Amino acid sequence: MTETSETRTHGIDFDALKRPFGASDLSSEEIALEVKNLDLHYGSSQALYDINMVIPKNRVTAFIGPSGCGKSTLLRCFNRMNDLVDGCQIKGEIKLHDEDIYNKQVNVANLRRRIGMVFQKPNPFPKSIYENVAYGLRIQGVNDKRKLDEAVEKALRSAALWDEMKDRLNDNALGISGGQQQRLVIARAIAIEPEVMLLDEPASALDPISTLKIEELIYELKQNYTIIIVTHNMQQAARVSDYTAFMYMGKLIEHADTNKLFTNPSEKQTEDYITGRYG
Amino acid sequence: MEKSDLGHHISQQFNQELEDVRTRVLQMGGIVEQQLNDAIMSLTTMDMTLAEAVVTNDYKVNRLEVEIDEECTHILARRQPAASDLRLILAIIKTITDLERIGDEAERVGRMALKFSEADSKETKALIGIEHMGERVQKILHDSLDAFARMDAEAAVKIAQQDKKVDEEYENILRQLMTYMMEDPRSIPRVIGVMWSARALERIGDRARNICEYVIYLVKGKDVRHISSDQVQKEAREHHTNKHGED
Repeated sequence: MTETSETRTHGIDFDALKRPFGASDLSSEEIALEVKNLDLHYGSSQALYDINMVIPKNRVTAFIGPSGCGKSTLLRCFNRMNDLVDGCQIKGEIKLHDEDIYNKQVNVANLRRRIGMVFQKPNPFPKSIYENVAYGLRIQGVNDKRKLDEAVEKALRSAALWDEMKDRLNDNALGISGGQQQRLVIARAIAIEPEVMLLDEPASALDPISTLKIEELIYELKQNYTIIIVTHNMQQAARVSDYTAFMYMGKLIEHADTNKLFTNPSEKQTEDYITGRYG
Repeated sequence: MEKSDLGHHISQQFNQELEDVRTRVLQMGGIVEQQLNDAIMSLTTMDMTLAEAVVTNDYKVNRLEVEIDEECTHILARRQPAASDLRLILAIIKTITDLERIGDEAERVGRMALKFSEADSKETKALIGIEHMGERVQKILHDSLDAFARMDAEAAVKIAQQDKKVDEEYENILRQLMTYMMEDPRSIPRVIGVMWSARALERIGDRARNICEYVIYLVKGKDVRHISSDQVQKEAREHHTNKHGED
């Protein structure tokens, strides 16, 4: 084998360095979700004020901000989890690939199949590991054993759990560790192949190693899914996300490339929050 | 970012760490400035004791560089600074590298002075240009450290432009020294010594300019290295109007 390429020196393939340095730009991304003029009230108190943003496809977007800033509320808007809250009123629109998800004709169960969610505390069903992952498919009416086997293996592999779980698929899911449970819940969510994954503090109840495994998993998953993650841990947002949105008191203050936001934010409020200063 | 912002972290400990490391940089800057002043003085007045002091005192600069580097490493590891805090630490790490090199150049000038006084050669004619260039470089170094202390990007832009004049002066001195060498070939070894000193001063000007660029990066978040000075001015001004425009 001769090294013909001019760019190959000292055995280093410079062509492989395709990833550009510097900030990426939201305007050049394909858009998965779009939020327009979104206001949200819980009874008489307003929780979100005129949110306008786009969520790029196959990217990780992190929502950060102090407690009560509305980041989880906004996340829940994406799969209409707020519909379940009494007195919650929503104005404005959210589009999933140009389709308004708050349109009356939208089938909410179907929407939640397309936009999956994982919560802070792992919540596996008190069933076997296999049945946890197969659950969504069974509800959709899939009962073919071979199809289910395939889907379960694929989902567990995607969630980096297959090697740990393949010999104990029939064990009760409540008997595995917290970190494994959280990855199992993620496997359960991806078994039905959603387009978007909403992660609400997915690693805050986990130890540092399990946290890193979840973060690594998020990195893998963005090849196929659009991911939105809410996190209190700013370093986690910095590590896993491509774009970061900073929210404060129900408003979206700044939404930018994560590299930019963590080295040179445009807004003073963002700066104060990420550097740990008094507002 | 303003200087007063350093003290506004929720963590008092972090405030203290940043303030400490910044103070150390200024302390190091003060020593380097003194070294440069002494080196130039020893060369122009052929003061052997002063020249010896410059050569021996360089260890202080080196020691501070190592200490500040270590402190910055600790802050990076333990605090994971972001935004202006991160830029401050990066600017400090780079600034002290340049300060240490400026210290080395001052030491080089000091050694040259020692050599001259050992050979008992009064090269006063050739040294006239050096004296003036030395004053200019001293001023640039002083002002850039001042801009760092006050985190003043606008001053940094102006100071960085002064380096051009140092370069011009260096060219003039070279031409002058060449004439001396042609007039009297026996003077060549001594004139070459003067030339090395001029070269050292010219390099110090470049390094002071680097420090100005780090100040601009620290304050504006813009990397202005390797672009024309017109562009530097533009970048610094442009960003200023946008940055934190609301407050």
